[in-house]
Amino acid sequence: MKLIFEKSAPGRRSQLLDRCDVEQFELPEKFRRAEKAPLPQLSEIDVDRHYSELNTRVHGVNTSFYPLGSCTMKYNPRVNEEIAALPGFTGIHPLAPEYSVQGCKEVIATAKKYLCEISGMDDMTFQPAAGAHGEFTGVMLIKQYHQSRGDQKRCKIIVPDSAHGTNPATAAMCGFEVVNIASAPDGCVDIEALKAALGDDTAGLMLTNPNPVGLFDENILEITRLVHEAGGLCYYDGANLNAVMGVVRPGDMGFDCTHMNLHKTFSTPHGGGGPGAGAVGCKAFLAPFLPKSALMDEEGHIQVRSFEGNFLIVVRALAYLLTLGKEGVPEASTNAVLNANYLMHQIKGTFEPAFDRICMHEFVLDLGAFKKETGVSALDVAKTLIDYGMHPPTMYFPLIVHEALMLEPTETESKDTLDWAAEVFRKVYELAHQDPEYMHEAPHHAQIGRPDEVLAARKPVVRFRPAE
Amino acid sequence: MNFPAELKYSKDHEWVMMDGGVAVIGITDFAQDALGDVVFVNLPQEGDEVGMGEAFGDVESVKAVSDLNSPVSGTVCAVNEAALDSPESLNSDPYGTWLIKVQDLGDTEELMDAEAYKAFCETVA
Repeated sequence: MKLIFEKSAPGRRSQLLDRCDVEQFELPEKFRRAEKAPLPQLSEIDVDRHYSELNTRVHGVNTSFYPLGSCTMKYNPRVNEEIAALPGFTGIHPLAPEYSVQGCKEVIATAKKYLCEISGMDDMTFQPAAGAHGEFTGVMLIKQYHQSRGDQKRCKIIVPDSAHGTNPATAAMCGFEVVNIASAPDGCVDIEALKAALGDDTAGLMLTNPNPVGLFDENILEITRLVHEAGGLCYYDGANLNAVMGVVRPGDMGFDCTHMNLHKTFSTPHGGGGPGAGAVGCKAFLAPFLPKSALMDEEGHIQVRSFEGNFLIVVRALAYLLTLGKEGVPEASTNAVLNANYLMHQIKGTFEPAFDRICMHEFVLDLGAFKKETGVSALDVAKTLIDYGMHPPTMYFPLIVHEALMLEPTETESKDTLDWAAEVFRKVYELAHQDPEYMHEAPHHAQIGRPDEVLAARKPVVRFRPAE
Repeated sequence: MNFPAELKYSKDHEWVMMDGGVAVIGITDFAQDALGDVVFVNLPQEGDEVGMGEAFGDVESVKAVSDLNSPVSGTVCAVNEAALDSPESLNSDPYGTWLIKVQDLGDTEELMDAEAYKAFCETVA
């Protein structure tokens, strides 16, 4: 398939925009580009066909099963899109007078109220544009809090070794020293290791619960108590909130602030690079440090993004919350947990779970013994699944399980789909014993076979340059 | 899997060769096999201090980024620039591709001989 740049023909064009009805304005010389941008020139039908063809070559949640662990690839109801497309939401300007955007302000206030209720927090900002951005904002709240008290020695953030990679990265970006603590054998926090790491230099702890292997840490109240006792604060990474929303609240587990991935848990599109929304909630004592919109004429206000962040994502999340209602929200979570446990049990006996106990919304398969026996790796299995029309699970994460495959079916899949998926896993398991060589070369029927990951990492080509 | 008898090994899967008062450090065959194809290596600079059990750099493979933990404390006296330029040699020749040389040695972790390390690898595999 040709790139859109290669389909370009000089002078071909589309009439997509209305005739400009404001006077043209010449930019000053210093703002003008020296040479013309090499943009593709195509007619509308060329563009339509190009993207229609691309659409047949991708795998999305709208195509088939997408059990990408830790990513919560649930179905995004169409009604969210319809509501977000209403002209009252799309036709506004951030600098419009307040009286003219009262409906939008109500959306923000209502979404804030519901999400505070779900997270057990007192206040919230929608500015952060993604999960890691939310983490950054949340950990900066912790930093501001300690600084406001003149507590300068708190320079360390504790992160378990099973954590999502963004946690230590966030702590480092915020200027903290990262203290990694080893997990207990079940992937939960090792209380003794935590005690040893705590001290008067502890700024806080970053934690996901359920943890990154899909298990609920039953010691959570003890964990947050110990951190508070040492004078630190507790940050809840909301990555796995889909397992517990409306059932357990991070605020009640003892966390002081959290981010929620609206683009995962609250069914707004994700996986294509955005836009996302990492709403950050906090307890009342941290609220003074929350970022504020630039329009608020307050001294020393902090912004992490312009205005109210990705507002239309908040609209979609609110549409989802209002569709589900108070009973539907916890039901979605309990179904996510039920689906994960059902699939785990259907696969068990072939591929084995890394932790043989009831899981939350996702589970990890340990293919260590399987690889020893067959020579087939977790990567080979993941690639083979593509040939069966399934998106591969997350591979080689969490790091504490070596040949890991992590599955998160989500609540939006039916029992039929889960039965089909389990059948595919059983077939792949048998295939590995019959024809491992075939699996080393998989996928055989996909648009792209095995990309050269090493070359892609070392010498990435990220920009198209037209031939001279 | 290769376990040269003349080397010492750490539980973090590094090999150490004592060359007079200098410790030459690299990653083991077992480590490179577990990591998969290595794409980047970050190493300290000459003159940097390293502490026993502390990270002195990291290796990035197609699977993950892993810390390189130093089995000794001391001062880095040489860094293998060739390994930075062609990290694939860590996969093809792990024992021929040293990473750093450390002098002014202070603490040294209790290291295993080839036989003990081989047995250790079997327990963690």
